[in-house]
Amino acid sequence: MSEQTIEIPRRESSILRAIKSVALLRESAVGMVGLAIVLFWVLVALFADLLAPFPPNATIMPLVMPGTEAPDGGMFLLGTDHIGRDILSRIMHGARQVLIYGPLATVCAYSVGIPMGLAAGYVGGLTDEVLSFIANVILSFPVLVLYVIIIATIGASAVNIVIAVTFASAPGIMRIVRGLVLDLRSREYVFAAQTRGEPPWRIMAVEILPNARGPLIVDACLRLGYVIITIGVLGFLGLGLPPPDPDWGGMINETRQMAMAFPHMALFPCLAISSLVLGFNLLADGLREVSLRD
Amino acid sequence: MMIFVLRRCGTMVLTMLVVSLLLFLLLEISPGNVATKVLGPYSSEEQRNLWLEAHGYFDPIYERYFRWLGNFVIGDFGDSIRFKVPVGEVLWPRLANTGILALATLGVVVPVSLILGVLAGMREGSTLDRTISVSSIVTTSVPEFASAVLLSAVFVFLLDILPGTSGMSEGFDLKQLILPVMVLAVYDFGYVTRMTRASMAEVMLTHYIRTAVLKGLPYKTVIARHALRNALITPFTVIMLQINWLLSGVIVVEYYFAYKGFGALLLEASLNSDIFVIEACAMVAVFVAVATQTIADVGYTYLNPRIRFS
Amino acid sequence: MSTNGKDYDGPILECKDLSISYFTRAGEIPAVVDFNLTLRQGDSVGLVGESGCGKSTVAMAIMQYMGNNGGIVGGSIVYKGRDLATLSEEELRQLRGNEIAMVYQEPMAALNPSMTLGRQLMEVPLCHEDINEEEAYSRAIKILADVHLPDPERVMSSYPHQISGGQQQRVVIAMALLSNPSLLLLDEPTTALDVTVEAGIIELIAEIAKKFHTSMIYISHNLGLILATCDRVNVMYSGQVVEEGTVDEVFDHMRHPYTKGLFSAIPLPGADKTARPLVPIRGQLPLPHERPPGCYFGPRCDHFAEGSCNSGLIQMTSVSGEAGHGVRCCRWDDIDWDAYRPEGVGGATITQGERVLSINKMRKYYEIHDNSIAALIKGNRVRYVKANESISFEAMESQTVAIVGESGCGKSTFAKVLMGLETATDGEVVFKGEDVSNYPVQKRTPKQVGSVQMVFQNPFDTLNPSHSVGAQLARVIRKFGVESDKHKIEHRVMELLDLVKLPRDFARRRPRQLSGGQKQRVGIARAFAGNPSMVVADEPVSALDVSVQAAVTGLLMDIQREFRTTLLFISHDLSLVRYLADRVVVMYLGHIVEQGTTDEVFSPPYHPYTEALLSAVPIADTSIEKKRIILEGNLPSVINPPKGCPFNTRCQRKLGSICETEDPPFVEDASGHVISCHIPMEELRKVEPVIKMHKEEDQPAAE
Repeated sequence: MSEQTIEIPRRESSILRAIKSVALLRESAVGMVGLAIVLFWVLVALFADLLAPFPPNATIMPLVMPGTEAPDGGMFLLGTDHIGRDILSRIMHGARQVLIYGPLATVCAYSVGIPMGLAAGYVGGLTDEVLSFIANVILSFPVLVLYVIIIATIGASAVNIVIAVTFASAPGIMRIVRGLVLDLRSREYVFAAQTRGEPPWRIMAVEILPNARGPLIVDACLRLGYVIITIGVLGFLGLGLPPPDPDWGGMINETRQMAMAFPHMALFPCLAISSLVLGFNLLADGLREVSLRD
Repeated sequence: MMIFVLRRCGTMVLTMLVVSLLLFLLLEISPGNVATKVLGPYSSEEQRNLWLEAHGYFDPIYERYFRWLGNFVIGDFGDSIRFKVPVGEVLWPRLANTGILALATLGVVVPVSLILGVLAGMREGSTLDRTISVSSIVTTSVPEFASAVLLSAVFVFLLDILPGTSGMSEGFDLKQLILPVMVLAVYDFGYVTRMTRASMAEVMLTHYIRTAVLKGLPYKTVIARHALRNALITPFTVIMLQINWLLSGVIVVEYYFAYKGFGALLLEASLNSDIFVIEACAMVAVFVAVATQTIADVGYTYLNPRIRFS
Repeated sequence: MSTNGKDYDGPILECKDLSISYFTRAGEIPAVVDFNLTLRQGDSVGLVGESGCGKSTVAMAIMQYMGNNGGIVGGSIVYKGRDLATLSEEELRQLRGNEIAMVYQEPMAALNPSMTLGRQLMEVPLCHEDINEEEAYSRAIKILADVHLPDPERVMSSYPHQISGGQQQRVVIAMALLSNPSLLLLDEPTTALDVTVEAGIIELIAEIAKKFHTSMIYISHNLGLILATCDRVNVMYSGQVVEEGTVDEVFDHMRHPYTKGLFSAIPLPGADKTARPLVPIRGQLPLPHERPPGCYFGPRCDHFAEGSCNSGLIQMTSVSGEAGHGVRCCRWDDIDWDAYRPEGVGGATITQGERVLSINKMRKYYEIHDNSIAALIKGNRVRYVKANESISFEAMESQTVAIVGESGCGKSTFAKVLMGLETATDGEVVFKGEDVSNYPVQKRTPKQVGSVQMVFQNPFDTLNPSHSVGAQLARVIRKFGVESDKHKIEHRVMELLDLVKLPRDFARRRPRQLSGGQKQRVGIARAFAGNPSMVVADEPVSALDVSVQAAVTGLLMDIQREFRTTLLFISHDLSLVRYLADRVVVMYLGHIVEQGTTDEVFSPPYHPYTEALLSAVPIADTSIEKKRIILEGNLPSVINPPKGCPFNTRCQRKLGSICETEDPPFVEDASGHVISCHIPMEELRKVEPVIKMHKEEDQPAAE
């Protein structure tokens, strides 16, 4: 009658478990490259003040090619822009902007999208129909059209970008969560919770949501990359963060007229944003690969 | 099936109505704003009131909405503030230009990404698969404005073989179309490829593919007759929905290359508060998006015999 | 070449010292070790074993289809004199589907959903033989008739989802037979089907073997099906064949302790929960990379001998006097089976107490909204699914009542109403003196909720993978208000783990660290956490391996008896029901067709459906003779049930039009034994018993 005994695992702290999941990611080369890129930019953003050779908004020497020596020592590694600001320093400080508003907007979008998705998927019926219809209406706007209209109406500011991203992304998140919930709610442990009379909110939050976290983490990584692109595009279209604070998209927009003669001004911000988005996309791919193996 | 199509069309109309209401509320809720935008910030209070009176803006809001909607349905979008002509006159030629751009892009994206996706998904985990997968991640990571800069740097600045702007001031020029299409295609192909790959890889693992192989069918037949038919259902939907994405992409690309299309018009109108143009553009964009979504849904149902015959 | 191959008169298939491994990131995992098999023309060999024993791997190796990570690491598979490993891809292609064909476990998954069945059938001869479309079509039509599919033309133009599961499997079998193969591999062909449908397929397979003289390898976990279809059997355990021989040799004179254990663990008609209880095999199947040295069964074997059993690979040895009977046990000749008296799970019967549950004419209808054009025109947009119709029965304290029926019979709906997840449309559900039929679970008191709990079917689904076992049990204890103090709750969790005989440290584990049987034990602990008066067990062991089933069943019975709990045991497994139930309720399409004590239901008079069901259940006992009743047709849909008697469309004893027009009356045979049938009770009493045992000496009076 006795079952075979295996070694007893100790209770794991959640930090330890998080570290273990990262260790799992080691098995995906793609994921590790992504993680490295993301970490690189996070460190740059954190220590921008220490790392940047010049103040980001200081006018020093206009239109200098990469590698030129600065007048009072130091070097413009990536050159300067049309009004003489050091591009490297601006990229470093720009990373900070992107890595504050990108995740912030994503978190906001999730905190709206997840409850909507849970309600639509679990409660079903009319709730589902109404929520799904709202989601469909919002999703039927081409994304950028929606952003342009929202920002043009409410004005360009950091907060408004967060609001616009939340508004535009929450329906997509809702759909994903809804799909996951529809799958999970027919599981027997959910049925068991129902038969012991658990209230619906508890079933959604405790029984269902934790089991949807895998796909949601992958989606969050992808979405973060996309939000970063969006912030960049808005900056590029002149609807982003107001100048003069460095914003990668804005930097490209301001300098693209002269990009034919001085390509370095637009080129480096382009590489910066592309690499950061690539980092998140690769990380998401790695996470997906690892989670499928489990 | 008929019922389903009709119902989808009904949903489509309903969506359009809700969208129109949203737009109306967003842009026309306050008549004072409208008048300021139309007559400019330096107009007098009196002028504005006269204009509002003349255009029926003191009527109850629902009356205004229905009148506005009625005009919309018959194609009367009002006059553009910036161009001083009926919106339609500006909009339709611009839309046609964007249509050319979008068709050319799809013409590149669809065959390339389907072929690459199928090749990658056919042998999951092979070197070819990994190469295709990683390169599609890389290309989707480069935003359109960035790839526009990069590609311009290469083809215009370094090689000097393509024009850097696509204004088409001297009539249609195929050469000017190349860079915008390239930028859109590079960004879009990755997603379609990845979806095709995933769908193909999933089908290749199904038991009916195993059945087909163990029937002794030649590998080519297994792929062509059994796998593709099922694997291409998802990409069909994805491609239809991609049109929605393209409408976003064209804004950036047209702006960058000064291409006289619909996206550039919308952006210009937004930056200049040309509200009647914004409304018209938004409605057109949503109409295209909702229509393609409907086609995608109906097509999906049609391609899937399990739904078609039940 | 293919005709050449078919005239070959040597052995069809020879597997010699075959070893197959999978290569994963964790290293090489041996799936099959030292497998030998010789198959002659017309032979049918069964491969029987539990999950992970390698039986399907053998079939895939014969097909040379093992995916990217599987490979033959030793030995050979020789088909008609040709080593399959040396064949080119093109040569293999010509064998597959033409000379070697296969039938799969899940017919729906095995058929391409977007191609008509006709196309899928016709492409087999079209790719292997030089024939044209018309010939292929007529061949396909003919073979569909051979597998007894009604209206072959219609089937040809249908898509897979348009026909029932049983019909799909017939199409798959037809597909396999189309090119008249020399070797047919059947991999659990009936596992996904209902038992009455299964009986039809099994009969078809037996018929094919005779008619086409095809050699067959039949893979199953069910010993009863092997008995019904095969001449010889190989019993596999953890990648090895542990015993081989003719069906009679292995079933009647098994030598290997594992084989012996399997037969003692399954509820054969001779078993009885008090007199001859089931004997579970202790422990669980070893994972492939955790196999012990020597005999893989060693750690679970009561006859394990240090030194001989755990040194080196055990070889297959012939049983003296029986030429084809081999056993992979170094002690087979030493074990004194007569002196071996293992402890069974069971015990004394106990008296039944007062009435706990009384259900009176309970009905449950679901509304469905029909959006088809026809419904729009006719105006009957709302239709009813009659999931439960006039359900009446009672259950006493500490009694086990089994609800038996196939898919769609309404047993799950019934459970939902009982648990308060649905409310009844009509009628009463009186639980401990209170009518709860209209109390959804939210309106019940914690005590009421805790006193009816459920054990679920699927071990992989029954526990929430995100929370530890202890946390899940603690939640139930708190929820039902059994304890509220943190330490007392923890104490109670430990008690529950003791109760289901699991180590206490399991409280800290996550469900994925548990085996299927262990998860079911936790599921049982969870159900008993609130000291319930009644537990509903919905197929609690059907997803478990045979050797684990007996232990979990026994545990459930022990606990039930200890706490004098009423057990409602929902099952399709009549053998198990016969073993453990006191009363049996037989359901068909939402109706109760028969109910009575276990003995009453399992002997005449029968309801014709009960009779067919009994005849359909495969029994792994050579001394049993069964009446063969194969039901025609498919299970009707609950959305569109037949008028009159629900069983009239398939009934083997149908009287005539009265069955199609009038609802059958409930006729009481003895007190509490009720049959719902138009056939007069006197007629039904004259029916012969379905199951007869003709070796009386083996059978103490069980009934």
